[in-house]
Amino acid sequence: MSDEIAPHVHFQYADARHQSDTALAGMWLFLASEVLFFGGLIVAWMFCRHWQPDGFDAGARETVLWIGTINLILLVTSSFVYSTGVAFIEAGDVRRLVQCCLITACIGVLFLGLKFLEWYLDLSEHLFPAGPFKITGGEAGGARLFWSFYFVATGLHAVHMIVGIALVGWVAWQARHRTYSANWYTPVEAVGLYWSFVDIVWIVLYPVIYLVGRT
Amino acid sequence: MSQTMQAPVLPQQMTSYLTDGTSLRSWLLTTDHKRIAVLYMLSITAFFFLGGSAAALIRYNLLVPEGAIQSAETYNRLFTMHGVIMVWFFLVPAVPVTLGNFIVPLMLGARDLAFPKINLLSWYLFMIGGVCALYALFAGGVDTGWTFYAPLSSNYAQGHVVAVVAGIFISGFSTIATGLNFIITIHRLRAPGLTWYRLPVFIWSLYATSVIFVLATPVLAITLLLLTFERLFHVGVFDPRLGGDPLLFQHLFWFYSHPAVYIMILPGLGVVSEIVPVFSRKQLFGYKFVVWSSIAIAVIGFFVWGHHMFVSGQSLFASIAFSLLSFLVAVPSAIKVFNWLGTLHKGRIRFDAPMIYALGFIGLFTTGGLTGLFLAALAADVHLHDTYFVIAHFHYIMVGGMVSAYFAALHYWWPKISGRRYPEMIARASALLMFLGFNLTFFPQFILGYLGMPRRYHAYPPEFQVLNVLSSAGATILAAAYLMPLFYLTYSVFRGPRAPANPWAAIGLEWQTPSPPFTKNFAVTPIVTEGPYAYPDPGSDLADV
Repeated sequence: MSDEIAPHVHFQYADARHQSDTALAGMWLFLASEVLFFGGLIVAWMFCRHWQPDGFDAGARETVLWIGTINLILLVTSSFVYSTGVAFIEAGDVRRLVQCCLITACIGVLFLGLKFLEWYLDLSEHLFPAGPFKITGGEAGGARLFWSFYFVATGLHAVHMIVGIALVGWVAWQARHRTYSANWYTPVEAVGLYWSFVDIVWIVLYPVIYLVGRT
Repeated sequence: MSQTMQAPVLPQQMTSYLTDGTSLRSWLLTTDHKRIAVLYMLSITAFFFLGGSAAALIRYNLLVPEGAIQSAETYNRLFTMHGVIMVWFFLVPAVPVTLGNFIVPLMLGARDLAFPKINLLSWYLFMIGGVCALYALFAGGVDTGWTFYAPLSSNYAQGHVVAVVAGIFISGFSTIATGLNFIITIHRLRAPGLTWYRLPVFIWSLYATSVIFVLATPVLAITLLLLTFERLFHVGVFDPRLGGDPLLFQHLFWFYSHPAVYIMILPGLGVVSEIVPVFSRKQLFGYKFVVWSSIAIAVIGFFVWGHHMFVSGQSLFASIAFSLLSFLVAVPSAIKVFNWLGTLHKGRIRFDAPMIYALGFIGLFTTGGLTGLFLAALAADVHLHDTYFVIAHFHYIMVGGMVSAYFAALHYWWPKISGRRYPEMIARASALLMFLGFNLTFFPQFILGYLGMPRRYHAYPPEFQVLNVLSSAGATILAAAYLMPLFYLTYSVFRGPRAPANPWAAIGLEWQTPSPPFTKNFAVTPIVTEGPYAYPDPGSDLADV
């Protein structure tokens, strides 16, 4: 009987509600695993900073604060826009959802564009930790370590952004083809959780990269 | 939980999962948890015999003090290959992805796992990771040991470190996917009436295992990523010459890899908790204690990693804390052993092959566990660290424990999986042979370690030869005991007598559906009204279940 009402319900579920709740629980658990992934990185980062604070501070002073800050504002805005989209589909407004997805994806692309610009500036300043390095002297070791963590962390975050933009684009495409309605929009919510998580990772990385030890 | 009944399965849909589609495509693109379990079973069997071959070559080399056939360099690559394959491509996935995948939905009265496509993705990730690692191991290999300690692995080691690490990294995500699937399935897809305390212990232990999969594996992933970054660009995250900290690598590595030891044993503890009640015809003694000791092992297991680093230069204070916590983890492990013995007490014990494997497990696990206490003691560890004592200790848990449990589970659920009976007498013989061969292989290694023979050397002083020859002789017996099931189980698939739905007269939802089950598992979703081990009291008549 459930087959007729909701063709997207897989046979192991009792009904669409059961399946939706399960899918969202799965996304939360996946994000818990992601927290440990980035958590391991940030713990290692803090551990190394603890032993070489001067070098890390010297490294942090070379970061491009204005790009990081604009990117922070962009991502928080994008999460807000996407959440608005979720509220629209709850009310059954598919057209607005598509618009919100497109704006979110555009902001994401803008973020990546700025990020690539920032990497370009970093590389042209010889801030890549391998090879000739801008900072010399006693603080060089710690500063190189800072920039190692910087490139690993921002690289991983950028990979997550690319996946996120693809997912948001997929939601928009699905919505345009009338897949979602006020009765069923689980993927919209699940992608929203992921997008907000990627946003939160940046909120954590921002002070670690740009603010700590800057003075 | 708000699960309602699904639509019943019609009789014409009740074809066995094995015959529901016979094309290669119907297997490689299946989302049926039972078929994915079979795919996994074939894959890990191949890995098991590859890893085993490396071990065989190691034991052959150690027949004579100067090393029989290998240079030091080749020997290093062989034990690394053995460790990497056995840990990541056999022991970690073994029971969860094969028997867990097959049995968990059946035990829950569910029609599949919560996310069948992610389950299939998990197998593909596993295979991609496996092929990546195998390519590297055969194209020249790695000589770092399975632990990849930096800066050896990041700066000095020759060989394909990056490719092996990439393989482990990718296969890590396959276990995360499996763990995620299990946790969500156990929370959300239990049959009506199947409360938490009516869940079989196997489910509880896979739940505990899955928590470790989901929360520890990502830390290994980031560690390996930093290691790769350091190796590719020669920057010093871990290399002290470049300003890094080698202890940091060990902390991060063991933060995953010690819980991973419990990934490797918890499913085995669950299997034995299933088998002992069935073949004693008794309730599991102290069900709640067994259940919560699984959870306790998983939780405490996250906080003992520093006991691998007693002689690595971590602070004495840290060592004392880790030593105490390591002693603490012995308590829930001992609770399990005592509860199995309590279950056996005054039971009507039947010595079928799964039970012989399970009883062997109890003895070997206890030996491995107790010798772990020697190593958790700070002073003793200084003497025993990096010797064959450690090798013997963890092989008693991993091989004597987990591999026995894997074979126990394989025999116990074989009629359900294949729909056939295996030849019982030859199975009992191979179970006994495995126990004997195992002890002959590894007990001498306790003595070797105590006498001071270090691990990971291709040659040794002549006075250690007798014990090494004993160990190698045992390894040949062990190899025979591993090969026998490969032949008779394969034979039984084609020629074995058909199995009934419940050949062991066991209680449990998986036995209430035909052998082999049909694709949707149950005709109607079962309703559960009692616990998983509701066997009649031993005093009562054997009117049976």
